[in-house]
Amino acid sequence: MLNRYLKEKGIESILFAAGAVAIVVLFLLCIFLFRDGILLFENYPFGEFLTDTKWFPTADPEHFGLLPLFLGSLIVTVGAILFSVPLGIASAIYISELANPKIANFLKPVTEILAGIPSVVYGFFGLVILVPVVQKTLGIPTGQTALTGSIMLGIMALPTIISISEDAISSVPRSIKEGSLALGSTRWQTIYKVTVPAALSGISAAVMLGIGRAIGETMTVMMVTGNSAVIPGFPSGLFAPVRTMTATIALEMGEVPQGSDHFHALFAIGSVLFITTFIINIIANYIKRRYRFNL
Amino acid sequence: MPEIYDNGTEIEVKNLNLWYGDNHALHDISIDIPKNSVTAFIGPSGCGKSTFLRCFNRMNDLIPNCRIEGHVSIDQEDIYAKETDVVDLRKRVGMVFQKPNPFPMSIFDNIAYGPKIHGMGKKEMPRIVEHALKSGALWEETSDRLDTSALDLSGGQQQRLCIARTLAVKPEVILFDEPCSALDPISTGKIEDLIMELKKDYTIVIVTHNMQQAARISDYTAFFLLGDLIEFGKTNQIFENPQQKETEDYITGRFG
Repeated sequence: MLNRYLKEKGIESILFAAGAVAIVVLFLLCIFLFRDGILLFENYPFGEFLTDTKWFPTADPEHFGLLPLFLGSLIVTVGAILFSVPLGIASAIYISELANPKIANFLKPVTEILAGIPSVVYGFFGLVILVPVVQKTLGIPTGQTALTGSIMLGIMALPTIISISEDAISSVPRSIKEGSLALGSTRWQTIYKVTVPAALSGISAAVMLGIGRAIGETMTVMMVTGNSAVIPGFPSGLFAPVRTMTATIALEMGEVPQGSDHFHALFAIGSVLFITTFIINIIANYIKRRYRFNL
Repeated sequence: MPEIYDNGTEIEVKNLNLWYGDNHALHDISIDIPKNSVTAFIGPSGCGKSTFLRCFNRMNDLIPNCRIEGHVSIDQEDIYAKETDVVDLRKRVGMVFQKPNPFPMSIFDNIAYGPKIHGMGKKEMPRIVEHALKSGALWEETSDRLDTSALDLSGGQQQRLCIARTLAVKPEVILFDEPCSALDPISTGKIEDLIMELKKDYTIVIVTHNMQQAARISDYTAFFLLGDLIEFGKTNQIFENPQQKETEDYITGRFG
């Protein structure tokens, strides 16, 4: 008896430890990230970090302005959303409501494979194929623009948006759709007045997670957006090179002296990025939980 | 069987056969369903009564591999004719389902949904909603909380909401597919009273598992078994003096 009890306890503790690892790692990550980020403000005023419009980390005097990078991330992400959200929701509706089951069963796994392609492959594709196309069709000096980044990020966010929206739409009970049809509404009226509104929280969560993915993406944007740290105009900035927060960290981290202001500035950028995606994930989870079907 | 009814015939079915793929689910069914009365379909599970009911508003169209042959007309109009508009048919033939299925919207929007898609204006909506809820015997309980979610209502209230929602589009016929099977006896009693009330203005067809329910509320009863219509007649005749041995066996509880 006692032996069995000990065994139970033992297994329980092992599983508890495994679960705790994730939380401990998250905490350590936060501590290191924020500690090194905050050290920047010993030598550089926090206000300037937020409001300075220049990112000249190696100039004299140094400028560590967050704005051009933050706005760079923002414009690329907004562009990606504008492109991927309507497309993603439309494909989710098609897969779950309209496609013949054979086609749906083929399309769903295929969109999920898209999520498994390494980002450097997307970046390579963008650089070799999309960049020249953008340059030629728009007649601009370089094809490495925010727009190019947006399109690539949009494509990369699509699988997340499609697959989570599709789950949300298919989980709307059939009885509700039948109720709508039985009142004499058409298939399309049922989709956009009943099914999609009923799945809206799941769809919003999908969009938020897609955005989270787009903001955090590094390799692809670095390869296709040209990486010049200037404040982008909107919408004109879409057609010019920009630099995102993620690309900045990836590009400069290898060359900074450890412990320098520049080093800490990159950590500060990382903290901002972390907080942004954290907030987005919290919002996504909140929306997802707020609404569940209990029919 | 074609009988002359006092109120006339609403639904006329001739030699209806239905297949799900290779499964021949309904065999050569012919029946005339009277206007402004309650007709009950009874029979054991899987006998095809719900499937048959769903032929009247063409809900079976939604099922892939479902094939229907034969003739069904409602108010003398062939509903399987090529030129039949299914949307228009379903407006004329409402349906209340087994499980209450309110939309995840407010009580008001649930009722307003049907009239809205059929082009009724916003201005008339409060009047339409009030009228439908009154006819559905739900107005007293909900008039002070029309903008709350319909999902917060009890099961019985949800089912009456679904009936009211159906009434709001002004159908001629209302099909009930085991409307009380998920409800407690008190809610069931309320729905039964409501159905008796509604037959003044509507033709009602109800599928039920519950023979007492059929005996209580219907004027005519049809007994189905394994895809065949065994017997159809006045409810008291079916229950007191069944002509077929299978009917007698079923209503005396020997099987089913």
